[in-house]
Amino acid sequence: MSGHSVEEIKRETRVYLMVFVGLAILTVVTVAVSKLHLTTGPAILVALLIASVKGFLVAGYFMHLLSEKKLIYSVLALTVVFLLVLMLLPLGSAYGGIGG
Amino acid sequence: MEIPYNVEARPDTGLYNAKLGIWLFLASEIMLFGALFSSLVILRTGADSWPHGWEILNVNIATFNTFVLIASSVTVVLAWANLRLGDLAKGRLYLGLTILCGLIFMVVKAFEYGSKFQHHLYPSSSTFLAIYFTLTGLHGLHVLGGLFVFAYLIGPGAKMWATEPARYTNRIEVVGLYWHFVDLVWIFLFPILYLL
Repeated sequence: MSGHSVEEIKRETRVYLMVFVGLAILTVVTVAVSKLHLTTGPAILVALLIASVKGFLVAGYFMHLLSEKKLIYSVLALTVVFLLVLMLLPLGSAYGGIGG
Repeated sequence: MEIPYNVEARPDTGLYNAKLGIWLFLASEIMLFGALFSSLVILRTGADSWPHGWEILNVNIATFNTFVLIASSVTVVLAWANLRLGDLAKGRLYLGLTILCGLIFMVVKAFEYGSKFQHHLYPSSSTFLAIYFTLTGLHGLHVLGGLFVFAYLIGPGAKMWATEPARYTNRIEVVGLYWHFVDLVWIFLFPILYLL
């Protein structure tokens, strides 16, 4: 099992519960902002910003990425590079003139 | 033959094998969902008009499902934490709650799909609905897959606790990482499909 002490595990448990509260609050905020019916650009920006913060909380605390081994960071860094290419190519094509 | 490094970390990676394995799998999953998100960008930016998700889909139901999935992520880490403390009973209780949350998510999703079909809204009805059903369908299959693994681990798989508690605890950590990823995908799907 992990070499963490009982106290450490109990402290981690308290952090998990705080993260849960944070995620719940951010979900309410996302829905509340959507009711403002912002124009498309700002609406996408705000929604993705809030989703990214929630994603950080899940990945960082529940998936322990804030304190992981270097090899996992390397695997994820490579994945993120390919993901960015995958996401930016269609955006560049639509707005940046890639592909004429 | 004994599978090596299923409890202690390999000296060269610093990880037990299953943990490195699940992260490599999750990397491939990121690319799978990334390809579909990328398709959504292409379809949306190329469309003459694109509906607001809240005009077609039920935001209240999806918000409820978001809370359910977030709660299930917490119950998984609580199950793992309790197993690390040596408490199998509590670990299984939280695993049971995770399964319950996953089932609630799927039942609500089934009602949501049913309601769309009743109104003759199918994947073939529009580009928006095509990508909506593709993304949420694939996500739903992932939830279902996770539920099968949890059902095994809370049932027959739990026998491992008697002989190899550390290995069983690691299994819960690994399936937990997968489950959090499924939660993470929903965190992005929810605003993109329902709220924009």
